[in-house]
Amino acid sequence: MGGDPENRTLKLLKVGAARDLGGPFSALYSRGERMSGQPKRLLRNLNAKIAAIPMVLTTLVVFVGGTIWTVVYSFTDSKLLPRLRWVGFDQYERLWSNSRWMVSIENLMFFGVLSLVFTISVGFLLAVLMDQKIRYEDTFRTIMLYPFALSFIVTGLVWQWILNPQFGIEGIVRGWGWESFSFDPLNNPQTVLYGLLIAGLWQGTGFVMCLMLAGLRGIDEDIWKAARVDGIATWKTYLVVIVPMMRPVFITTLVIVAAGIIKLYDLVVAQTSGGPGGNASQVPAMYVYDYMFQAQNLGQGFAASTMMLLSVLIVLIPWAYLEFGGKKHG
Amino acid sequence: MTKSIEVKDLTLNFGSVSVLKNMNIDVQEGEFVVLLGPSGCGKSTLLNCLAGLLDITEGQIWIKGKNVTWSEPSARGIGMVFQSYALYPQMTVRGNLSFGLKNQRMPKDEIDRRVARASEILQIGPLLDRKPGALSGGQRQRVAIGRALVRDVDVFLFDEPLSNLDAKLRSELRVEIKRLHSKLNNTMVYVTHDQIEALTLADRIAVMKGGVIQQLSDPQTIYNKPSNLFVAGFIGSPSMNFLHGKTVDGGKAFHFGDHKIDLAGYDGGAVLERDQAILGVRPEHITVSHDAPAGPSIPAVVEIDEHLGADSLLWLKAGTKELCVRVPVEGRLPAGTKVHLGLDIAKASLFDNKTEQRI
Repeated sequence: MGGDPENRTLKLLKVGAARDLGGPFSALYSRGERMSGQPKRLLRNLNAKIAAIPMVLTTLVVFVGGTIWTVVYSFTDSKLLPRLRWVGFDQYERLWSNSRWMVSIENLMFFGVLSLVFTISVGFLLAVLMDQKIRYEDTFRTIMLYPFALSFIVTGLVWQWILNPQFGIEGIVRGWGWESFSFDPLNNPQTVLYGLLIAGLWQGTGFVMCLMLAGLRGIDEDIWKAARVDGIATWKTYLVVIVPMMRPVFITTLVIVAAGIIKLYDLVVAQTSGGPGGNASQVPAMYVYDYMFQAQNLGQGFAASTMMLLSVLIVLIPWAYLEFGGKKHG
Repeated sequence: MTKSIEVKDLTLNFGSVSVLKNMNIDVQEGEFVVLLGPSGCGKSTLLNCLAGLLDITEGQIWIKGKNVTWSEPSARGIGMVFQSYALYPQMTVRGNLSFGLKNQRMPKDEIDRRVARASEILQIGPLLDRKPGALSGGQRQRVAIGRALVRDVDVFLFDEPLSNLDAKLRSELRVEIKRLHSKLNNTMVYVTHDQIEALTLADRIAVMKGGVIQQLSDPQTIYNKPSNLFVAGFIGSPSMNFLHGKTVDGGKAFHFGDHKIDLAGYDGGAVLERDQAILGVRPEHITVSHDAPAGPSIPAVVEIDEHLGADSLLWLKAGTKELCVRVPVEGRLPAGTKVHLGLDIAKASLFDNKTEQRI
């Protein structure tokens, strides 16, 4: 865990991610480093390269090819089937003048900001609580992580039932005798996003907690001792010393959570289908799906998904800058 | 001299495991005490108890005549240096030095004065505006010492501060710590597993094993008159030679195999006749000669001759017993050479086989 703090960003994302955050990262990064390590010796590790060809092709054709294809066709007036009749930015103009799209974007911004702030702060807080040498830590960690193992569809359905006025909280409290009690966030356009937020937080905080806990465990115990000898209060040590040391973990978490928010789709479908009132809880991914496969307006769907790609890039570029731009400090 | 640290009947249990057992240590003001022992002997644990980083189960800790058993680490008047430096990575060196003081709401000019003094003593002035990541290991440890220094405390605690450094830097910084001690004349308690550090730095060494202090004494006594078999074997490299035998003739001689070794001149207690005893002789207290000397001697065969530069280590076999002898370099002895060994009884140690205590 040595090295200067700038460089540690890199290290933790590359090496630390492998050690602290679990297996998949390690495979990814070690392979990446090995492949870029000796670009001139093409024949080195030939077997490994041959084995990697299918994956490389898949990545190129499906991801890169598909992305380019989509962007290209977003400039056409494709309807049911794709066709190359250019219309310039028409699709985009229509998209940005569509009130449903505007609502989707507003919803996503609102949900995204609250979701980011709360998953990361609540997740960090839970991790701090878990880090107090408590008993049954494994049990608590498993409980917290369980929601993450469920798909968004299941999460959405569960929370739809819990928030349902007849079967859920409202029904139970009324059953106890409080007849006027009312708690029905999903059927009110003003509050529906909070209903989604609850389900989203329930699903996501456990995962963030695990990332944060791994980060906290990576902090040298002597730092804590030094801070105590210096007479720094525990909360202040967390805020002034530990959180800055965990910057790489926070950035990783931010990227993972933000990418998940932009993709938000199935939770909304399961919980509200975009309602109430037609589009109170619409999100961009639903717009894309509806225009591509329901309204049979491929061009419009492509334009919308290109905008989504753009927003993902907006999230990723600062991260990539921190990741690769940090090299000059090393 | 007044007492700086008093540890009274300190006991520490982790659950049912007893880690430190009924310890009593007094450290005088300005004294340099080294806690030495193999890993897991409780030396770092004891230091953490002194610092207040661990709550003790029983007993009391007094620092400068004040009972600090339940005080917070910051209120004990101690500064601590850690093995892994434990610098705050996102702060500059100056930030690291002043962070604790700022937190105490000390006036700024006082902080500046202390930082300037510490950086002058440790010669880290040019590094003040760098971050720890841009420093070498030796520089980092200097800054860590500086962080203890600016606290202006009477007691310094070192937790294996040199273990993360390479051999050359280690010996450099060792000298520097010694110099620092003679300049500041603070009380220092220093944990290490390295006996060279212990022997060179300490006014007194506490050799620990299994949560118990085996011997607390000045380095000469520890080396020449180890109080028990463990201390004798732990201190010294290569280790002391142990000959298993018995004492005869009312304790006047030691019987080892077929050899009788005269114990006249032994520097210890009454030997008496014992069925089983262990004679410990350090490698440099054995003489090697080609011809049988006049007195009683032990014949042995050379197995390996290790040349160390300043001297040589001879690994020999006397009967079935392996021995190591340190000899001056004067022509190498090939394997198989037959030699005679003479023991310097005045510098040897005799141990009781059962109690393992020095006689």
